[in-house]
Amino acid sequence: MISHPFSNEMYPNSPPLDDRSKEMRRLVIDGLDGGGRGHLGSSMSLIEIMRVIYDDVANHRPDDPMWEERDRCILSKGHGCLALYAALACHNYFPREEMRQFCHLPSRLGGHPERSKVPGVEASTGALGHGLSIGVGMALAARIRKRKNRVFVAMGDGEINEGSVWEAAMSASKHQLSHLTAIVDYNKIQSYGRTSEVLDLEPLLDKWRAFGFETVECDGHDVEALLAVLGEPLSSTKPSMVIAHTVKGKGVAFAENDPEWHHKSRVPADQIDAMYAALAENS
Amino acid sequence: MRKTCLNMVHELAKQDERVVFVGSDLGPGVLDEMKHTMPDRFYMEGVSEQNIVGLAAGLAMEGYIPFVNTIATFITRRCFEQVAVDLCLHDLPVRLIGNGGGLVYAPLGPTHLATEDIAIMRSLPNMTIVSPSDADEMTRFMASSLDWPHPIYIRLGKGGDPVVTGEQTGFEIGKAVPLRAGKDIQILSSGVMSGRALSAADMLADKGVSAGVIHLPTVKPLDNDAVLQASESSMIVTLEEHFKMGGLGSAVAEVLVDANRMPEHGILRIGLEDSFPMAYGSQDELMERFGLQPPAIAETIGLALKQRS
Repeated sequence: MISHPFSNEMYPNSPPLDDRSKEMRRLVIDGLDGGGRGHLGSSMSLIEIMRVIYDDVANHRPDDPMWEERDRCILSKGHGCLALYAALACHNYFPREEMRQFCHLPSRLGGHPERSKVPGVEASTGALGHGLSIGVGMALAARIRKRKNRVFVAMGDGEINEGSVWEAAMSASKHQLSHLTAIVDYNKIQSYGRTSEVLDLEPLLDKWRAFGFETVECDGHDVEALLAVLGEPLSSTKPSMVIAHTVKGKGVAFAENDPEWHHKSRVPADQIDAMYAALAENS
Repeated sequence: MRKTCLNMVHELAKQDERVVFVGSDLGPGVLDEMKHTMPDRFYMEGVSEQNIVGLAAGLAMEGYIPFVNTIATFITRRCFEQVAVDLCLHDLPVRLIGNGGGLVYAPLGPTHLATEDIAIMRSLPNMTIVSPSDADEMTRFMASSLDWPHPIYIRLGKGGDPVVTGEQTGFEIGKAVPLRAGKDIQILSSGVMSGRALSAADMLADKGVSAGVIHLPTVKPLDNDAVLQASESSMIVTLEEHFKMGGLGSAVAEVLVDANRMPEHGILRIGLEDSFPMAYGSQDELMERFGLQPPAIAETIGLALKQRS
């Protein structure tokens, strides 16, 4: 029988959220507040993954977003864009105040990220299962040009239900794209409910290993653990897969592990206040 | 036409290092020389249309011009979302080469026919659709395509189709190619149907009808001026190896309706009806069956003229 570990059971001792993690989460709530909607749960689970990539791992230049030598980071689970926007805002790709314009008519920060609008966004995503193929193409381009840049592709667990992901996985493996690192934000809850019940992914690590990836799993809210697995490629001959065990809605206790918070619209003001308060209390 | 098109990919790759070839699971030996001389710009990725379109998008985002090749119906239907989002939303210069547009794969049955491909591709913003009539035109098109900054769907005929265009017609994306002058009616066609339009026009001439033929190798963007000019004749006939719904005839009708410029005897659309062609045989045999060979075309036009005059 296959076990279905939930992240808070597998990693019961995630370190407390530090100031940076809370700062990014406040920006997510700013977006949710300003836009009156958003994928809260899907963004909160992704925060430390985005944080470690943009703060510690990726070579990037906010003042020159299309710098050729930059590491590429594709958010394939585009619905988690509030986390990506928070990371980009923290690095001054655009003013933090813009988070409150989320989903507004004149805003460039839409409910899914767009390459043509937001500096730092590598690919317009939202339709699921597209990012890994785009990442394979970018990684091949880097190889042809003999560039050293890495390519990161962050996917959702529900997203990898898509068959296109596995087509891309075979392609990445065939070409031995060791400078390609894929990440699954494994919060174990998709829109309808638990991934184990909607379409079970287990044994997930074995699947990626069988598809030719060097695999590792870690606590997706532990910054040091993420840094250890994302800091360098896991292999010199294979693409890397990091299964990051996360908590949907992480940091807002009343939203954690609740499919109702996958996406919310018409969020009342008192709930927004409660989110900021819950985040402040989190330790 | 197919061989010419792929040879041109190789030629363009020699001229321009941005050119990359991405195939699915094509026949053995396809572009072998390119594969061996430019191994880092030749990719054969297997039966994975969604992946190859996304992969091509990633290459194009990095400055490359990928030519993606597989069977027309698979490159339009199987990966429609990748074409829409990865290519068209990003407005990337990826070229989709569709083998066997229309009824070419008649013996293989309805799963392999591409009879709604133009309707599908027309619906996408930023997409360009090119349907050359013959191998010579394909060569001219390919040579002029490199700097077109948008995605292009290239619809291939079977090959060995009669050459009906000439060097003097050149190739400019979005421009009509007048093939024959005529004062009574104008036949607007694309792809290999333009050759059949010329034959039908000969037959009509024998019956005293002067039919012009305007070849529209670019279905999108359509040459609206040429369509409006054609509306000055008494009737416009559109001729296509495609469902009447959503193809060239629809595109021409949209131009005329929007401009409120209907010819005296209206538009006659000749193409496939709204049902899957449930028969095998050869492309020519299916064309015969569906009234797309010159004698049937001439007869349909003659009958319409009689009824509408």
